[in-house]
Amino acid sequence: MASIEMNNIVKKYGDGFPAVNDVSLDIADGEFMILVGPSGCGKSTLLRMIVGLEDITSGDMVIGGKRVNDLAPRDRNLSMVFQNYALYPHMTVYENIAFPLRLSKTPDDEVRRRVTEASDVLELEEHLERKPANLSGGQRQRVAMGRAIVRQADAFLFDEPLSNLDAKLRGQMRTEISRLQRRLGITTVYVTHDQTEAMTLGDRVCVLRKGKIQQVASPRELYEQPVNLFVAGFIGSPPMNFLPATPEGNRLRTPFGEIELDEKRAAAVAGHDLLLVGIRPEYFDDASLVDEAKLPLGSTFRAKVDVTEWLGDSQYAYIPYDAPDSIRTQLRDLSKELDSEELRTQAIVSIDATSRIREGREAEFWLDSRKIHVFDPQSGENLTRDAEAGAELTRLATQDRMEQAEEARGRDTDARGGATAVGVG
Amino acid sequence: MSTRKKLVWGLGGALIVVYCLFPIAWIVSVSFKAPSDLANGSFLPTELTWQNYDLILFGGASDLFLPALVNSFGICLIATAISCLLAMFAAYAIARLDFPGKKLILSTALAVAIFPVISIVTPLFNLWRNIGLYDTWPGLIIPYLSLTLPISIWTMSAFFREIPWEMEQAAQVDGATTWQAFRKVIVPLAAPGVFTTAIIAFFIAWNDFIYGISLTSTEAARPVPAALGLFTGASQFEEPTGAISAAAVIVTIPVVVLVLLFQRRIVAGLTNGAVKG
Repeated sequence: MASIEMNNIVKKYGDGFPAVNDVSLDIADGEFMILVGPSGCGKSTLLRMIVGLEDITSGDMVIGGKRVNDLAPRDRNLSMVFQNYALYPHMTVYENIAFPLRLSKTPDDEVRRRVTEASDVLELEEHLERKPANLSGGQRQRVAMGRAIVRQADAFLFDEPLSNLDAKLRGQMRTEISRLQRRLGITTVYVTHDQTEAMTLGDRVCVLRKGKIQQVASPRELYEQPVNLFVAGFIGSPPMNFLPATPEGNRLRTPFGEIELDEKRAAAVAGHDLLLVGIRPEYFDDASLVDEAKLPLGSTFRAKVDVTEWLGDSQYAYIPYDAPDSIRTQLRDLSKELDSEELRTQAIVSIDATSRIREGREAEFWLDSRKIHVFDPQSGENLTRDAEAGAELTRLATQDRMEQAEEARGRDTDARGGATAVGVG
Repeated sequence: MSTRKKLVWGLGGALIVVYCLFPIAWIVSVSFKAPSDLANGSFLPTELTWQNYDLILFGGASDLFLPALVNSFGICLIATAISCLLAMFAAYAIARLDFPGKKLILSTALAVAIFPVISIVTPLFNLWRNIGLYDTWPGLIIPYLSLTLPISIWTMSAFFREIPWEMEQAAQVDGATTWQAFRKVIVPLAAPGVFTTAIIAFFIAWNDFIYGISLTSTEAARPVPAALGLFTGASQFEEPTGAISAAAVIVTIPVVVLVLLFQRRIVAGLTNGAVKG
């Protein structure tokens, strides 16, 4: 077990293009860190630099207090799960898992004990004698994880391990990985472009864009206090809505009526002509279904609904709006960068599943103005970010992690004690 | 598929098989004919006789044929082994490493492969005589390497390219040195490729006639194809057709056995299950 420190890491390819640009990141011992970002943001490159498969152009990579820049992968004592699993097809599952131990010349009975242990954890016992070709995708994934956990590595590295599984299996494996990491308490770096994985697995999430770190924070902080337009747009599904707005005193004029800001925020946005208001879909609701007491906390507006999607537990309405050309192109650029294709400026609004709002009709909506963020369209910076509140969220998350790890360790010993007792009895 | 379609395909297939195998069947048939029976005008021998086989294995021609068989086996196996080993390293480097002159090596290999053998045989004959390699095993193994290496490098680098990079990287992360990763992961995965290459290389060496006849003079190194050309009949008025046919059949057997033996190993798709899909 070890912490991982990165100081001003740069990776330049032959053509001088910096795939990773001046990244500094501290990953604490036992922490689950997620590297997330759209394709081409350098997250996989960064991971491969940690494990040693990619040379570091400049900067320091420190693992467990030791600078490892010039060490070969095998001398770094890390284990990695590859996107396509990279199992050895000519070996049985048992030999696949045992491979790292065989390389370190571990005695046979020790190998058997450790492989059995790992296969117990991953429920692979009945597949040990099979070849990878005869396994399902989920089983192969588990074998790859078995190979990673079988030796006492200083850290686990995952490179989009679930991207080849179907949606249902992905959900199961996600919780499995989370449980495993908590139980083993090993430092983990996990690369993904799937933000559900990022939000659910990570103690902290590092959002990368074009090789640069945008924000490192707990999932909650990323969601509630994003540092800029990019992070705000990337985190959350459906994504945050960005509306053009012009400030007038402590009010913002938007296509969805006027929004009143509290004094602190009004002061923060003063001096700008054109702004972008970021509102998450769930900050909206069908005005007719909102509690009387809550109504005055936001504003209401009427708009024509283009499309509605009813999903059983929730419902989304799509409301088109007009935006100035400059904003329109900027939003299009942003969505392109986030690997999506937004064709028209429309707001996605989450309304109650029981709402009777129908397509093509005009309806009254309510929006909660307490949680909105205001961005500077030029720099993308979040003008209303409350850094303290954000830091508090991350601090709470860290505390949670400590407690969970403690608990998991306790439970583990209990379980073992219990099993022995039964065995003796 | 309708019955009609099946019939047409079956018939077409049978035609092609007959067309391809007919010469071989003919040779087999001739090898069982007695010298007087050779011109009997029919496909099958009037009377089945082992006399040709007896002649080349135990009779007068055995002095010529048996040492040649040993030479052929020895020379071809050694040439194949060396060629495969060298080609394995070369192909691995070509498939995995980025170094200047990679294209040059590949195109040179190709150029060597298409270079007409007949044009270098005379200079080689002189050179070999001067340095004492004439009529020796190494004197044939070296030219055979030049025949087999290019094609071996080409086929093997194609096989190595098929093996996902991640396999090797995974091995390295698991604690393997480059050599261990190569030996324990890449080589087993490339085994079908190595066998395929070995068989191709062996055939090329086994079938060579020009080097065999030009660079040897005695049974010290003369391979089978050259020996077959030197068969004579019982008298100068008699053609050794029967004996040559029998020898040809015997020489074909190892090739057939080799293919049947390694057929299962050559099946592609050993990497199934290594990666997604």
